[in-house]
Amino acid sequence: MIETKKLVKEFSNNDVVTRVLKGIDFKVETGEFIAIMGRSGAGKSTFLYQISLLDDPSDGEIIIDGHNTHTMSADEKMLFRLNKFGYVFQDYALLPELTALENVALPLLMQGKSKKVAYTESAEELARAGLEHRLHNLPSQLSGGEQQRVSIVRAVAHKPKVLFADEPTANLDNQSSRTIMNIFQDLHQKGQTIIMVTHEEQYAKLAQKTLVLDDGNIISTTRN
Amino acid sequence: MTPLSLRIGWFLALRALRRASPWTTGLIIFVMVLTFLNLVVVSGILVGLIQGSINAWRTEFTSDVIISTLDDKKYIENSPNLIALVRELPEVESVSPRYSEGATLEANYKTRKDTDKPNIAAAQIMGIDPLAEDAVTDLGSKIMEGSYLAPGDYDQIILGYYLLSQYVPVDDPNLAALTNVRVGTKIRIAVGSVTREVTVKGIIRSKVDALTRNAFMIDSQFRNMIGRDDGNVDQIVVRLKPGTDPIAVREALKLRGVDSNAKVQTYADAQPQFLKDIVNTFNILGSAFGSIGLIVASITIFIVVFINALTRRKYIGILKGIGIRGHAIQISYIFQSIFYALCGSAIGLILLYGLLVPFFLSHPINFPFSDGILVAPLNSTLFRVGLLVLSTIIAGYIPAWMIIRKNTLDSILGRA
Repeated sequence: MIETKKLVKEFSNNDVVTRVLKGIDFKVETGEFIAIMGRSGAGKSTFLYQISLLDDPSDGEIIIDGHNTHTMSADEKMLFRLNKFGYVFQDYALLPELTALENVALPLLMQGKSKKVAYTESAEELARAGLEHRLHNLPSQLSGGEQQRVSIVRAVAHKPKVLFADEPTANLDNQSSRTIMNIFQDLHQKGQTIIMVTHEEQYAKLAQKTLVLDDGNIISTTRN
Repeated sequence: MTPLSLRIGWFLALRALRRASPWTTGLIIFVMVLTFLNLVVVSGILVGLIQGSINAWRTEFTSDVIISTLDDKKYIENSPNLIALVRELPEVESVSPRYSEGATLEANYKTRKDTDKPNIAAAQIMGIDPLAEDAVTDLGSKIMEGSYLAPGDYDQIILGYYLLSQYVPVDDPNLAALTNVRVGTKIRIAVGSVTREVTVKGIIRSKVDALTRNAFMIDSQFRNMIGRDDGNVDQIVVRLKPGTDPIAVREALKLRGVDSNAKVQTYADAQPQFLKDIVNTFNILGSAFGSIGLIVASITIFIVVFINALTRRKYIGILKGIGIRGHAIQISYIFQSIFYALCGSAIGLILLYGLLVPFFLSHPINFPFSDGILVAPLNSTLFRVGLLVLSTIIAGYIPAWMIIRKNTLDSILGRA
């Protein structure tokens, strides 16, 4: 479903070029749940940003559903992100002036759904995540765990093909983290493809497969 | 720009405005109100200074339509028939025929020795029917001392106050004025070789030159002095019924051939050229000041939107990251800018027409040459509202565009 070939990402600062990803070959199939681990600076988040089309690689190829993303325009990538991907960020990344319901409904509205349909579907999804009493709360009125649950609901409400999560439990306490991971496992059991960056081994073990990155290369792949 | 982008832009803008700090929103709208007022009021007062003068010229001297002597004639020929014709027009409310002749006024003629400087002033004397003139120009209300003429006031005169030295604000030898003349003083008037002794009955104060440097007498006496016994006059001023278009009346009179014997002008036609020139100049000045106001408003909106977009750069990145089109985000900022401009303009319009215009009408600015009012015609005000909205759209779009075009991931991560 997603395949990378010799994926390279470099950052240049004045004349100093830093190669963060050093030619990664990677493949994920539909329905897989993959955890990416590695120490700080290993390039795991950078790798996630490349394969989720939030950033452009310096070299190599990313092929998603048979489409080589190298040839895609910025608009096409944006449509891909809107329709096929969902994102969960470490700091939840909810829009502060939108309620939980509106945050979830926004991508659905952008997909062209009517307000009524978008709101109904969003309310149902939030209720499934146990947030039916928080529909009209602003992010500032929610706890960290609740914000992350809203963020996950937003990421999956439009039924994306792949859910990308960048350290989704990093800012949460143990109980909230376990709740989030339970949601991820539920989603996976329903067939959702998930690629998650984490530095916590206990949560990585809940994935089907764990990749370990070090110094811009995948150094191990473990089936859990 | 697609309907979907518009819809999402509206969705985002509405919520951003609804949940913004009321103080911040209030402050921005306050700035927009000030900008709007700067745009309209500065030029409105500049033009209003002259408009006050034009209005006074109309109400106090020319009235709505003025019929005057052709340039190559000494008076309006066939005046009695013309006056009768004018009076028959249904749009006409009142008519005042005037005689007019240059004269010399002399004050110390009885006591002056051969070596004394004559106490004289040159003036235009108008022979009027005081009741008719008062009905057209309300001349009686301009009397500052003494009283207005009554029918049968022979050997009486009223003088514009700039003919008296105690009221002339500048000591200019070209503006000869009578000294030691007050209400009740006897003066001698000379029209050609005809002289007559008259008593000053009243003094007129006005900001219209044609009144302040003129003198007024009863028409029947004055026409004897100028030897005009055929009823032909020099001017006919016509006051129209409220709501009547002076141009229509002018054209109606021309259709009846009045212009073969006289000049037929509306009050606007008869305005001195210098007034028209000043109006044009002040309009240009007002537009220049207004343009500066517009630039200030644009910069204000630019800064507001830029800071807003910059502090929300991360969220803009997230929006782009989850697939919201850049256009939709730009449109949300444009909608917010339009909201600020429209709110500022709406409050400005209420202040303008509900407070400032009525205030200046009832309390004109006291300038030496006019009673300045605030001129703000609705169509030109709405045009300025349009300009304000347009400039804020541009000022809102540019900073949003600058932030949105940045790399999505850099925005999300807050990288430079």
